[in-house]
Formats: sequence, structure tokens, C-alpha cells
Amino acid sequence: MTLSVRIIPCLDVTEGRVVKGVNFSNLVDAGDPVEMAALYGIEGADELTFLDISASSAGRETTLDVVGRTADQVFIPLTVGGGIRSVNDVDQLLRAGADKISINTAAISRPELIAEISDSFGTQVLVLSVDARRASTPSGFEVTTHGGREGTGIDAIQWVGKACELGVGEILLNSMDADGTRAGYDIEMIQAVRSISRVPLIASGGAGTLEDFAAALDAGADALLAASVFHFGVHRIQDVKRFLSQRGYSIRMTSN
Amino acid sequence: MIAILDYGSGNLRSAQRAFSTSGMDVVVTADRKICMEAKGLVVPGVGAFQSCMSGLMRVGGDQIIRERKGMQRPTLGICIGMQIFFSEGLEPSREHSGSTRGVGVWSGSVERIDAPVLPHMGWNTVMPAHESELFRGVEGESFYFVHSYAAKKSVGKYPSWSEYGERFLCAVEDGALSATQFHPEKSGKAGLALIKNWSRSL
Repeated sequence: MTLSVRIIPCLDVTEGRVVKGVNFSNLVDAGDPVEMAALYGIEGADELTFLDISASSAGRETTLDVVGRTADQVFIPLTVGGGIRSVNDVDQLLRAGADKISINTAAISRPELIAEISDSFGTQVLVLSVDARRASTPSGFEVTTHGGREGTGIDAIQWVGKACELGVGEILLNSMDADGTRAGYDIEMIQAVRSISRVPLIASGGAGTLEDFAAALDAGADALLAASVFHFGVHRIQDVKRFLSQRGYSIRMTSN
Repeated sequence: MIAILDYGSGNLRSAQRAFSTSGMDVVVTADRKICMEAKGLVVPGVGAFQSCMSGLMRVGGDQIIRERKGMQRPTLGICIGMQIFFSEGLEPSREHSGSTRGVGVWSGSVERIDAPVLPHMGWNTVMPAHESELFRGVEGESFYFVHSYAAKKSVGKYPSWSEYGERFLCAVEDGALSATQFHPEKSGKAGLALIKNWSRSL
């Protein structure tokens, strides 16, 4: 009996549509989120992640609706992130059908939010999303906010350590340098975060070839998140799973 | 009718939808009368052992679980909803570092799992009891777990096991009382099949 590696398609949602760009700009429409979620569920996704990248409150209402409609038909865990600032935001999303929520910017500006959320709902609902890029901080990695547009000067590895003490259930590590490039996950960044954290680690940003997925696992990731390679049909989820399974990784294979 | 006991916030919407796929009516409620009369009662659970227990006691859920057991009425605990069936939980909380008393319909403690990475989060396989009704037809499937604590000693008539770092109880079938440490409502087709197996037994 072994825990399987999780393959997680990520849907960046704005105004009710899934979009994807390179390094969070030049967004291209990729489809309807509920339809895509259902399809990925059938194809064997182990979890789904929705990131609400719309800034408006109308966009947030749309996200609640999308989360609810997805939760009604897809019986795998659903993580929702983007714009979460309070315990009340979390409560709304969980009630709409989210199983976990991810926070980033709000936790950096107010770290106590981490403890507030874990005290109310348990650490297992809380995914710390870390948008990091290479920079001249002590570890060589810096945390960014606002979808990678703003640097913080905060060292990414120190931040992960602090957040783990405050109580997060999981880390979603997104390389802003690699995001959308399909040039491979940032392996050194994964190794650096793995070495200081004892909660599950989801690697994100840069998935291109099948070998890239295996490399991230070898670096210590417990789960692999990808967006554009799935949305634009570069790989099917089942192809990634079959490849990793043949390589000897523990994978949940599903039949349709 | 199946009642899902609502004793705190969390995602009950997908539990409701998942149990509805069995074809039975499903209500999410904390109403004592409805919970007592339902053919099956589901006790979900999110968060920590201690906060779950206090939420449960606020709505008199501990009493409902004990009385339903006494009357041989089927009850299914999920995740922390399974853990609180035991006599004590060792999970500390911010206010309170010692053990917390559970509902105690099963004796034993719920202890931290010894594994390098926690929570145990994701899909894992199980070793079902041979006589298991719950796992019928999905014995070899994986189910979705999210937890850092578990019961490690056998209880009930048909215990099923899983392993993460060490062996722990992943499900128990004990007369009218059943429980799963994993989330069947989040375990795709295999989870829905397990829910159907339970619903059919009501």
C-alpha cells in the first residue's frame, strides 16, 4: 500500500472562463471551467485546483457559482484560491463546495490569517500558495504577490518555514519564472522547499515534457500541478499517469 | 432517507450530492428528530478532533450517535467523524494540549501517524476485511485520505486497514456502526460505489 502521486490540473478562472498565459500575461481563453473540470475528472485527475484570477467582486460571485456547479458533478477534491482574505471568504467557498482553499498575497500581508483559518477549519483545508522567483535573497528565491507582478523581497524558503509553523496543510509551490513556459519545473526550488517542510508539496509551473513530471517527483514533490499542457492537449492526464506508472511511481490508474 | 449531521462549517454540499447518487433522499440537518428517524445517519467531520467534538456536543450529536447504536440504526462516520467514535483523541489543539474524550462507542485512542510527511493526503489503497460489505466490488481501488491522526488498534467486527508510514484502521464495520477514515464522497467512482453499498444495506 502506497500513497499515489497526485496529478492536478489547474484552472485559472476569470469572468467565468478558464484562461492561460505565459508568466501570468497574454491570457488565452481555454474553455468553460465546469465542462473542463468534469472532463478532467473523467480522465483521472486526482484533484482539481481553481484559481480565481479576476479582481472584481462580480468575478468572485462567478467563482462561487463555478465551484458549486463543479462540486455537484465531480467527486474528487477541489481546491480554490485567489483573492481569499478572511475566515469568512473561506467559509463561503467551503459551503459552495470547495474542499481546500489556497492563500498567497493575503497571508504575506497578514500572516495571522494562516492561524485564523487553521483554527477555524483545520490545517488540512489550507494550502499555502507560494509564487516564487529567482532573486538575490539568501536562498536565491523570492516570494512574489499579485500573480507574480510584485516582488516582496521576502525569502521564499524562510517564508515557507514560518508558514508551516503557523499551520498550513500543504504547499503549492509555483515557479513564476517557469510558469506557462513548458521548460520544466524549477527543480532546485522544489528541492529547497522540500528540505525544510514536512507537509505535502505540490510542484507547479513549467511542466512541458513527460520527463519534467518525473524530475519534479525525484526532487521531492508529492503532487504535480499543470495547466497549459492539459488545457491545450499537449498531454492527456492518462498519458502522464501511464508514463509515471511505467517509471515505477505509485499512480492511481482509473478506467473510464 | 439519509441525514447528514450538520454540526459546523465545512463542505457538506458535495457529501449531500454524493449520497444522493445512491437514489435516496438526503438532508443536511442538526435536527435531533430527523437524525434519529433517518434510515441512515452520516457523521462527517472536518478540522481537528477537539473542535469536532465540541461542535458535535453543541447539537447533541454524541447522544444521537449513542442512541442510534443502541437501537441498531445505521450510522456512518467519515474522517474525523470516524475518529470521534473512539473513546479518546490525542490530537492537541491551540487551547488544549492533552487528550480529548470522544463519543466512545468504540474503545481506543486516535493517535498521530508516524510518517515523514503529514497530513497523509491523497489516494491510497486499502486492505479490506474479507467479509466487508462496504468495499464489495471496489476492494482493489484507491480512496482519498486527508488526516494526520488515526486509530491503530483493531475494533469492531470487520476492520479494514491501510498503510502510510505505519498500519492504521481505514474503515470499520461493526453492526449498525460503520466508519471510514478516508472520504468516500471525494473518492471518485470507487467512493460512490462504497456509498451505494452502504445505502443498500439500510
